[in-house]
Amino acid sequence: MKEGKNIMDRIAEASKSITTGVDEKDIKNWVTIYIMGRGYRVPADLTILTAMEYAGYKFIRGCGCRQGFCGACSTVYRRKGEYKLETGMACQTRVEDGMYLVQIPFTPAEKAIYDISKEEYNINVFFKYYPELARCVSCNTCTKACPQDLEVMDYVQAALKGDFEGITEDSFDCIQCGLCAIRCPAEIVQYHIAQLGRRMYGRYDNPEPEHLEKRLKEIKKGKFDKEMDEIIHLNRKELEKLYAERKREPD
Amino acid sequence: MIKLPYYPGCTLKTSAKNFEISAIESAKILDIELIELPRWNCCGTVFSLTSDDLIHHIAPIRNLIRVQEMNGNGIVKDEHRLVTLCSMCYNTLKRANLRVKENPDDFKKINDLMYLEEDYNGNVEVIHFLELLKKTGFEKVKEKVKKPLKNLKIAPYYGCMLLRPKEVGIDDPEDPTIQAELLESLGAEVIDNPYKKVCCGSYQTVQDKYVVSELTYDILTHAQREGAFAITTSCPLCAFNLDNRQKEVKEKHQDFKQIPVFYFTQLMAIAFGLGEKYCSFDLNYINPRPLLIDKKLL
Ligand code: SF4
Ligand code: SF4
Ligand code: FES
Repeated sequence: MKEGKNIMDRIAEASKSITTGVDEKDIKNWVTIYIMGRGYRVPADLTILTAMEYAGYKFIRGCGCRQGFCGACSTVYRRKGEYKLETGMACQTRVEDGMYLVQIPFTPAEKAIYDISKEEYNINVFFKYYPELARCVSCNTCTKACPQDLEVMDYVQAALKGDFEGITEDSFDCIQCGLCAIRCPAEIVQYHIAQLGRRMYGRYDNPEPEHLEKRLKEIKKGKFDKEMDEIIHLNRKELEKLYAERKREPD
Repeated sequence: MIKLPYYPGCTLKTSAKNFEISAIESAKILDIELIELPRWNCCGTVFSLTSDDLIHHIAPIRNLIRVQEMNGNGIVKDEHRLVTLCSMCYNTLKRANLRVKENPDDFKKINDLMYLEEDYNGNVEVIHFLELLKKTGFEKVKEKVKKPLKNLKIAPYYGCMLLRPKEVGIDDPEDPTIQAELLESLGAEVIDNPYKKVCCGSYQTVQDKYVVSELTYDILTHAQREGAFAITTSCPLCAFNLDNRQKEVKEKHQDFKQIPVFYFTQLMAIAFGLGEKYCSFDLNYINPRPLLIDKKLL
């Protein structure tokens, strides 16, 4: 970093790889966004996440995969002149001119502790740990908030019917971003309920996979002990090489 | 076979599966196919009486939109009736339907709030399965009976939700007879008694089970005094209070003799000769099998 540059330039430079990779003077399109009420001029083709970094924010939490999978970078925003409150993942949503936004890196939510092997496989398990489930008014606000386009209300309703298969299928792509819960007027924590449902369904409605049992036996017998021992003793370089050359399942 | 949209409700998918399965199979005997509403949600459970509490009418109206959709995508043809089994669901859905039709402003607000759905057009008619049977004709029901419920003395119990308020009641709120007509066509001997429309205590059962068990005691012993061997109902909550709460009745009244409580559809299944396959009697708290065996119906 050269001396004398101002802070914004330094950040812009540091952000190059994660933003556009082009020089600021080559950027033609700019937009203004408002992060927690303060305006910033940012390149138009950035995501909210990269735009915030461009503006000087540094994420040490509330950001993970940058691929739309981890659910850490929830954002709430409004477009200029619109009454609707929108939600999205900062790493997946492009900035728009006049957008004002705030990050919701964490959703305060009660998370029940349970042992699925000790629970009975019926609807009561939902009410035992998440009795507020019964408060759902079918307003569908959760569905509107979901960045994964899940039918959130439908899976909540599946829980109310004791339909474990339904809740599993409808919530399968949930990334636990918490946006549905933040918006729910009934204060339901949809994604925790869904996780309980999927766990119960997996435990009680699916046969134990044969290949898993076989593999567990192999592990117990020590089939991989030698290989594991070798890996543990590799240095960083060797480990990286091994990783790069690993056998991969086709994508 | 006529195809009709059918709304199950949460209880019929859990603790009252015996109600649902016996109804669906008995309906088939009458050439009626009850088709479960796709993507149905909770009916709302209790009809909200607060004048500005529109949020609680969204759930029932959303279900009515699903009936429109069934017509739209050809699952049913020009069929705007929605059949219910649970008395509570019937009551909530029907009253919400009435409420929006009588209040155009609320109607519009509710439609606006559900902007992702097609607008509800107000044309759905919520009916109870008993009404459908009456319309089909109890004569026709009688024709299909293979095992008449001979010597079976049954006291029909109606509770509140089928009868009140008057605007949505399926029968005379003071002296309902629709279940009696059905049971007679099935060959049963009907025991009439004034406790047939006394409230079972409803949700008090959660708060204080002994408030309910005293009502249960009154309702059941009156029927027994008139000679009833069993009770029929069309409401899972009434059924819970009259059936499961007999445990608490027995605690307080040692002289009390337990008595089976049927969903009326279970007796239809038996009378139609379907056997107990579609009755799931394991979900009835007081086992009705000994009675049916005694009357040579099993
Ligand atoms: S269901 Fe809720 S927690 Fe899961 S992805 Fe959608 S909004 Fe996020
Ligand atoms: S936002 Fe809450 S109350 Fe509304 S449909 Fe979703 S879970 Fe139910
Ligand atoms: S950083 Fe993981 S979803 Fe955005």
